[in-house]
Amino acid sequence: MSDPIRSEALQSQYLTVNLAHEEYGIDILAVREIRGWTPVTRIPQAPHYVLGVLNLRGAIVPVIDMRLRFGLPREEYGATTVTVIITVAGRNFGVVVDAVSDVLDVTADAIRPVPDMGTTVDTEYLKGLTSAGERMVLLLDVDKLLQPQDAQMLEAALPAASDVKAVA
Amino acid sequence: MSKAGLAQFQQVFIEESLEGLDTMESSLLALDNGGDGELVHTIFRAAHSIKGGAATFGFPEMSSFTHEAESLLDEVRSGKREIDGAIIELLLRTVDCLRNMFARAQAGEPLNDAVAEGLRNELAAMMGRGAPAAGVQARRNVDQADAWTVRFRPHAGMLAGGNEPLRLIRELAGIGELTVTPELDRIPEFAKLDPTECHLGWTIELKGPAKRADIAGVFDWVEDECDLAIEAKHIVAEVAAPVAAPASPAAPVANVADAGAARAQREASAESSSVRVSIDKIDGLINLVGELVITQSMLDTFREGDIDAARMAMLEHGLAQLARHTRELQESVMGIRMLPIASVFNRFPRMVRDISQKLGKQVKLELVGEQTELDKTVLEKIGDPMVHLVRNAIDHGLEMPDKRRASGKGDTGTLTLSASHRGGNIVVEVSDDGAGLNREAIVAKALQRGLIASGEGMSDEAVADLIFQPGFSTAAVTTDLSGRGVGMDVVRRNVSDLGGTVTIRSTQGKGSVFTITLPLTLAIIDGLTAAVGEERYIVPLVSIVESVQLKADAVRTVAGGGELFRFRNEYLPVIRLHDVFGCETSIRSIDEGLMVVVEGEGARVGLFVDGLIGQQQAVVKSLEANYRRVQGISGATILADGSVALIVDIAGLVRLQSRRKAA
Repeated sequence: MSDPIRSEALQSQYLTVNLAHEEYGIDILAVREIRGWTPVTRIPQAPHYVLGVLNLRGAIVPVIDMRLRFGLPREEYGATTVTVIITVAGRNFGVVVDAVSDVLDVTADAIRPVPDMGTTVDTEYLKGLTSAGERMVLLLDVDKLLQPQDAQMLEAALPAASDVKAVA
Repeated sequence: MSKAGLAQFQQVFIEESLEGLDTMESSLLALDNGGDGELVHTIFRAAHSIKGGAATFGFPEMSSFTHEAESLLDEVRSGKREIDGAIIELLLRTVDCLRNMFARAQAGEPLNDAVAEGLRNELAAMMGRGAPAAGVQARRNVDQADAWTVRFRPHAGMLAGGNEPLRLIRELAGIGELTVTPELDRIPEFAKLDPTECHLGWTIELKGPAKRADIAGVFDWVEDECDLAIEAKHIVAEVAAPVAAPASPAAPVANVADAGAARAQREASAESSSVRVSIDKIDGLINLVGELVITQSMLDTFREGDIDAARMAMLEHGLAQLARHTRELQESVMGIRMLPIASVFNRFPRMVRDISQKLGKQVKLELVGEQTELDKTVLEKIGDPMVHLVRNAIDHGLEMPDKRRASGKGDTGTLTLSASHRGGNIVVEVSDDGAGLNREAIVAKALQRGLIASGEGMSDEAVADLIFQPGFSTAAVTTDLSGRGVGMDVVRRNVSDLGGTVTIRSTQGKGSVFTITLPLTLAIIDGLTAAVGEERYIVPLVSIVESVQLKADAVRTVAGGGELFRFRNEYLPVIRLHDVFGCETSIRSIDEGLMVVVEGEGARVGLFVDGLIGQQQAVVKSLEANYRRVQGISGATILADGSVALIVDIAGLVRLQSRRKAA
């Protein structure tokens, strides 16, 4: 890994956000925009961590609360609370975090695997750990946040259920 | 030309040819009803373009097949042959067959099949050649063989045309196994040899089943620049009798089904494809955008300086202009998606002809308001329900000629399809002057199915509505036309998926009218904004019957926790919106809120909300694009303040409610 070109190629940037006194990194290529917290419209039958939907220049985008997603205590939204709009596989969604703090350059070899214990967050949603100076940053696996596979399974199940009804 | 380049043009060719086939079909039908000779020319022209195009775009089978039809048409056109019912019937089947060929071409399947072969022979027989079976067989044999000898001698100048013999031979190798022997006899003395000319020739033995057309297709581009001889070496023993018996009674039905399948396939592919927009509409849009830009720059001047009374008046004027342009722009953009319903209506003359012939009924089809425009999406989905209604009307509605005479009507029944704008809706009616619905039969059937407890006191309207129940069919015998397990309930569901309603008016002995009411477009709906706690929901206006304020004791709780209230002469179930959607509201008592009577899935329910705020047009946005489907919600829209409001899916709520009841 001493080859400078090679390690540069493997370098990526992460937007770091604060959540319950810890710092998380989101791959900057997945971040579409950062906006201040605005109230959203609740949707029925949604998981508790889905706060609702907001209007992103004409598109209806779901918003999830990261604290609730990770089972952390809910906190009042304040001046620093932001919604980070993330694009994964052509779908947009927003995540509400306590604050955004920084953009980090991380090389692939600086990412360490997540130990199985010692974090407040379910390790399933983490890609790895890295450090920025004295601070530890947990890198998020954004693909898994909204669990699109769940959504797809649900969609696949719904028409089937209505077909059964039509036959009956 | 590269394969990819050709494929791009093939798609255009297929689209144009399908239009040509539609023209052929409608002209043939017009001829059948005593149209003039100009129609023959129209049909001939359409067939001719398809033939020419097919040869150019790499469908030699289609080209040679169309050639047969064209030859027959040519005889008719030049007056050598009188057009009659048999020819029209044959040509109509040719049109169907070509449609299937195009469908197969799009799917990348082989084009020829037994039907095409049979028709080709029938066409040849009609023209009085190749009529004896042996002759036909001989023709076929030369078209298909297991081994071929191809003698290919390019002219000296072929290379100059950019044609490379090696490429052609490689392409042949794709058809079967090759043994290539060069012919060197033309090579001149070295001193006289011109390196830019082609001096070689080849004898190519090709093994493996192949069609003459496939082999000839390879040489399409060099036809004029070489001497080519293709000979079959080994003749395929064909077992299947290729001439389909045209008299077999099942044949027309199969054709109807085939035509339907080809259409369906074509429509499925058309759903994602393009819209043709007239240049006028686009010019209109450009004008509007120009106006909009001018208005915007005018309004921009108000950024600076104080606003006094005079400038205030100008500002108001500018804003009014902006509003007008925006509305016009919206209408024009929606107009691009609007197409005349004629494209749906056009399939019916043929269908009605085939079905009525099969059933031995006499039917006159009348089309009214074909130029009525509606949204492309709606147009694509309205076809199937209409086919069903038309089929039903001919099969169950209209009577046999003798029965009609007995009841004092003319032998020929009339089936009318009409389309018109009414308010913000499109109304499509399918009406017949047949027997009408038989009240007794429907009531008896409903009793037998346990759908109703008793027919006493039911209004005619309510009885007629029973036929929309799942699994309901009163036809004594299910024929192969109707009663295939798709009932009127499917029609109603399809229509309600489009945000529309279907109703029936029927007079016994006089006929029935099915009325489909559809929104102009799916992209914008009219809705009432309902408040539930702090939340706002849009209820589509089309599904609202009435809204009433009830007294607290008007709602009864029945066993199992359901609530009912009396509306006019019926008891309707109550759906509390705050319950199903889990909203927080302080209004739970019936007399504090509002009961909105809505209709969906053919059922009426009362929707209990806190109150209604106002009417508004809502641009429907998808929830599924970024999230997923939510039961009871059909989409979302953006309110004037930029926040999101959800649109209530009445049909979905009714389904949700009945599932809850069942659970």
